[in-house]
Amino acid sequence: MISAPDVVAFTKEDEYEEEPYNEPALPEEYSVPLFPFASQGANPWSKLSGAKFSRDFILISEFSEQVGPQPLLTIPNDTKVFGNFDLNYFSLRIMSVDYQASFVGHPPGSAYPKLNFVEDSKVVLGDSKEGAFAYVHHLTLYDLEARGFVRPFCMAYISADQHKIMQQFQELSAEFSKASECLKTGNRKAFAGELEKKLKDLDYTRTVLHTETEIQKKANDKGFYSSQAIEKANELASVEKSIIEHQDLLRQIRSYPHRKLRGSSLCPRESEPIQDPPSQAATTSDPEESADTDHYACRPSYTPKLIKAKSTKCFDKKLKTLEELCDTEYFTQTLAQLRHVEHMFRGDLCYLLTSQIDRALLKQQHITSFLFEDLVEVSDRLAEKQESTVSKPHHYVPPSESPEDCLVPQVLISVGSYKSSVESVLIKMEQDLGDEASREAAVMESSSFDPQENLDYLEMDMKGSVSSGESIEVLGTEKPTSVLSKSESQSSLTVPLSPQVVRSKAVSHRTISGDSIEVLSTCPSEALIPDDFKASYPSAINEEESYAEGGQGAIHFQAGISPPEAGEAEEGSSGLALLQTDASCCIGREAGALLVPLSTPGHTLSDEDGVVSVPPQRYWQKDQGFHVDFSVENASPSSRDNSCEGFPAYELDPSHLLTSLDGSKTSLDDHSDATSYGSSVASTSSDRTPSSMPPAGPSSERHKKRAGQNALKFIRQYPFAHPAIYSLLSGRTLVVLGEEEAMVRKLVTALSIFVPGYGRHGKPVKHWLSSPLHITDFQKWKLIGLQRVASPASASALHALSRYSRYTSILDLDRKTLRCPLYRGTLVPRLADHRTHIRRGSTYFLHVQSMLAQLCAKAFLYTFCHHLHLPAHGGEAPELAASRQASFLQLTLGLVHEDVKVVRYLAELLRLHYTQERRGTSQPALRFDYVPSFLYKI
Amino acid sequence: MLRWLIGGGREPQGLAEKSPLQTIGEEQTQNPYTELLVLKAHHDIVRYLVQLDDSRFASAGDDGTVVVWNAQTGEKLLELNGHTQKITAIITLPCLETCEEKNQLILTASADRTEWDCDTGRQVQKVSCFQSTVKCLAVLQRLDVWLSGGNDLCVWNRKLDLLCKTSHLSDTGITALIEIPKNCVVAAVGKELIIFRLVAATEGSLGWDILEVKRLLDHQDNILSLINVNDVSFVSGSHVGELIVWDTLGWTVQACERNFWDPSPQLDAQREIKLCQKPNDVSIHHLTWDEENVFVAVGRGLYVYNLPMKRVIACQKAAHDSSVLHVAKLPNRQVISCSEDGSVRIWELREKQQLSVEPAPTGFFNMWGFGRVNKQASHPAKKQQENATSCSLELIGDLIGHSSSVEMFLYFEDHGLVTCSADHLIILWKNGERESGLRSLKLFQKLEENGDLYLSV
Repeated sequence: MISAPDVVAFTKEDEYEEEPYNEPALPEEYSVPLFPFASQGANPWSKLSGAKFSRDFILISEFSEQVGPQPLLTIPNDTKVFGNFDLNYFSLRIMSVDYQASFVGHPPGSAYPKLNFVEDSKVVLGDSKEGAFAYVHHLTLYDLEARGFVRPFCMAYISADQHKIMQQFQELSAEFSKASECLKTGNRKAFAGELEKKLKDLDYTRTVLHTETEIQKKANDKGFYSSQAIEKANELASVEKSIIEHQDLLRQIRSYPHRKLRGSSLCPRESEPIQDPPSQAATTSDPEESADTDHYACRPSYTPKLIKAKSTKCFDKKLKTLEELCDTEYFTQTLAQLRHVEHMFRGDLCYLLTSQIDRALLKQQHITSFLFEDLVEVSDRLAEKQESTVSKPHHYVPPSESPEDCLVPQVLISVGSYKSSVESVLIKMEQDLGDEASREAAVMESSSFDPQENLDYLEMDMKGSVSSGESIEVLGTEKPTSVLSKSESQSSLTVPLSPQVVRSKAVSHRTISGDSIEVLSTCPSEALIPDDFKASYPSAINEEESYAEGGQGAIHFQAGISPPEAGEAEEGSSGLALLQTDASCCIGREAGALLVPLSTPGHTLSDEDGVVSVPPQRYWQKDQGFHVDFSVENASPSSRDNSCEGFPAYELDPSHLLTSLDGSKTSLDDHSDATSYGSSVASTSSDRTPSSMPPAGPSSERHKKRAGQNALKFIRQYPFAHPAIYSLLSGRTLVVLGEEEAMVRKLVTALSIFVPGYGRHGKPVKHWLSSPLHITDFQKWKLIGLQRVASPASASALHALSRYSRYTSILDLDRKTLRCPLYRGTLVPRLADHRTHIRRGSTYFLHVQSMLAQLCAKAFLYTFCHHLHLPAHGGEAPELAASRQASFLQLTLGLVHEDVKVVRYLAELLRLHYTQERRGTSQPALRFDYVPSFLYKI
Repeated sequence: MLRWLIGGGREPQGLAEKSPLQTIGEEQTQNPYTELLVLKAHHDIVRYLVQLDDSRFASAGDDGTVVVWNAQTGEKLLELNGHTQKITAIITLPCLETCEEKNQLILTASADRTEWDCDTGRQVQKVSCFQSTVKCLAVLQRLDVWLSGGNDLCVWNRKLDLLCKTSHLSDTGITALIEIPKNCVVAAVGKELIIFRLVAATEGSLGWDILEVKRLLDHQDNILSLINVNDVSFVSGSHVGELIVWDTLGWTVQACERNFWDPSPQLDAQREIKLCQKPNDVSIHHLTWDEENVFVAVGRGLYVYNLPMKRVIACQKAAHDSSVLHVAKLPNRQVISCSEDGSVRIWELREKQQLSVEPAPTGFFNMWGFGRVNKQASHPAKKQQENATSCSLELIGDLIGHSSSVEMFLYFEDHGLVTCSADHLIILWKNGERESGLRSLKLFQKLEENGDLYLSV
């Protein structure tokens, strides 16, 4: 997992984790003012303090034709979550946006009522009074008994963090679309069923009426019609008409645009019932077969009713519930999906972004990630990859941009440049010159660009929009001009027009009502986005820019680095930059060229290089990891403004000063299950139902945390931690010998974070073993917890241990000794500094992960630079290649002494993994060195 | 970091001080085998390894199965199950040039006395007309026949027809069988070497016949090993440490070396001598040879006997902890030995430039029995005869992997060393550096196949 471990250092250690160190007192000027809402159990980073609810939730509301907007249910269905937040009021707000011009009924010129298959609309709304912001997904369900056959619903993701909604708009939209699609599919099915029933009723009614008329005719042979008979005839005629209408409706609902069906097939579990229809059609929908025997077999209970001529008043009848509207099966699926969504977006925005970066970067590392990454994630990613390749053409994200492709740039932007993507522009309606104007003006001034220009631009677009409210604020538009100018300088991606323009256009299509509703952003239905824009939508505007901005963002990281260190940092990055330019060794080009097909085809070379050069930055920063937070806290108001430029004025409250970076700790601590969820749910586009979630999710997060904590303890406690870790990294089996199983297991678990994996088999770790070791054990396992028993059996175990001592390092927990080869490198001291200021297990775990990711990158370079391994020409002596390797490792990668062996070992694993990817069966050979061991004592 | 080295230090080298066994420690710069692969297929002691071609070998053992392996990848290619009891001998029957089918055959003999398998992939034929266990097999390629030795000696042709057989020779049976010129074979039967002559079928004669020509009675104990050194001589070794070099033509003793075991002067309680008092400690288990030297596994020691000089030129009296079971000479002057102690050791035969200058800290020991006792017992393993020993065997590495006696090994020029052991395992020892290079090549090959390799212009 790649992430910045440094940002989470200053959280409160108030959980079950014991605190090994007392934090040294901070100098006064560095201390953070106490969080005013701390008493409410909130944390400073949640940004929820102003809101009346404790965390994000999903609300489903309906605009009922009987009672108006009403909330139906929330997810999680827990009153504690939304507290005293007024759901009714908010439902009113979100439903009162007349979101779609869905017209059902008799369109002019059409004889029959017509169903419109309207696209869902996706809007971001804000209610500053409530402190709530919502992604609102409107959808329409069909109900035969409803007015115009439609029941408007909406699903809203409600959060106190506007930026979260804005940033995650695309993801939210994708996820909610799935849920909506599921609901609608079920609804269509139910509606068709309903129509069929209705048709039967009508048919029956017609028959009855017909007979009655006939009887009357017979009874009355006077040659003229009684008024009763005329009435009957009229009734019959209206029934006939009704039958035709309903048949037409049925035809319409069945001929639901096929495109949509295909689109929804991207999620298998939904597509399953959808693709079912052949079988279901036989029972319910197929008109020819509707009279078939199996129809009656299936629905024997239904007997047609007589339909009265006058329909009941709409207020008399009870409207169908949502569950009735959609099939129960689909309804539960939808709920599951929504719960999944709620889980997915739980936690702070920063956490979400970080984990997205994480995933995006990990995807680029799929060649090396098997070494140290969690298997769950790897397999998840694999699954996702397969899935995305399957579903690419129908994916919600426009086709030209598969999730892998788009995630990186997007993510990089969102970290580096809040400014460009979350700029809030408050748009004033002409008629509104109230007191809010001043506030908005202030906000506009605080933003970095010319508001007027922007205003004009958007006003132009808003001209056509009908606004029934008095003060509608349309937020969340990026500054188109600045974006455009930036994109001009960027050659790799051509953006003809800012996506934001499209958004504002979309706004113009909406009629906005309500008095204090802020329409922050709307996502037009797909049809509204010209195809050219889809590729770059929404914020993957330019990477170049994001890098520049990233540098700005990195101020957070590097502020504390003293000049020489900074120089070093440059050296570090230029070291890799050298790779690209050194023509004589031509690594750069090759590496880049190699990378392209290996990771994400279609990326430009510069993208790749950029990505490669990211980890070294962290690498050089690591020692300064702890200045980071100081510097942030130390920041003067002005610099704070700078860094928080992108946030609206009210966000710049000092109590919220740790805006972005510290968010991740919040999520890590307070939403530990959420984070684990996030990590196990690798993809936003994956369609797994929550039930299929790996059950190990939460425990694995806790596991990581524990492992990190124990590893940290080990490093502090044992002065010989370095050679021990070196043993693990270089593939020499480490045997942890001890009497007490719990202790051994604990340490083995802790140390397992340093063990490179083989691939599919998981980490080669044996937690507890009580039988004597065998040579095959060393081939199989790289970390073994071995029982020491005071019995003759143990004598043989110890004998075996000494016999195979050349293959093992032995850590004796009882005697506190370590017997292993000498280590003199520089890598492990950075990885496991016993004076580290990291105190938290999860932080340390992340630190280790990032260091190891960097190591993997080196191993990758070493492995895949062909000139290092292949003879330059036929007759070249092998010694030359060997010397090239040595110099590459030493000079280019900066490895000294034993570090070389680590990289060589990792390279070996990479080779094996790459060449055996398909088979993946055999275990790697046991590799070892004939090197002397030393005995370390405390 | 080095501060943690306090109290650390070089581990005492195990048993080095206590034992006469020469040890090398963990630093073995000349040992190329830095990678091993454990092959598991057998369920009992693996006793025999036989090379099939450049990259394949077969293993056979007490579980009665024969397994064919790929020597490069360690992949199990075939498993041949046919025997119900221990396999006692295995040999390959190379295909003839004239033969159109290129199938290589493996002959295996089992203790159930009933079966003969000839397989590569399938059981070709089974022969079960033996009265006794077949203990050894030999192929006479020149005559296109093969021989089996049990209590009697049988001659077979390629089609597994019994051509002729001898009368019952002895109850102990034939322990070794080699071919010598003039259509003769030498069979070791107990203490005797019996020379038989094969008479091939001709137009006039009735068929094949085998005639006993001569019995050589020079050995005082059971003959354990017998090898054909070159066209003019063959060597036999016995249980009591006699090594006799014979003339293949005249069947006369060319040289005799029977002093590997010489207990008389060593009665003064020296440890290694005590260990040597059991005759087993001087039994010659295995012999191997190169152009001019015979390498003899004597008890737990290793001796190099020079044929032209007719004397031992180098020795390691305590090369292993227990009996040496197999010895092989590699092309690069290396000698490899494996032993019951579960280890494999790699030796290098080094010539001594100047004997006089060479310090002799270990004292010398006369191999022929006139020698003095070595009183400086600190390094008794290095023993040389002052004027006679002109070479030394230097330990350059050991391979520790098996947990039980290493029965045999095979050396592949390209793939390394294969060892088989009583712990049911076969271990493939490889040169890690070379393997790494090969894997690298494979990687780039795969990249190229996938079209992902961009060579700079």
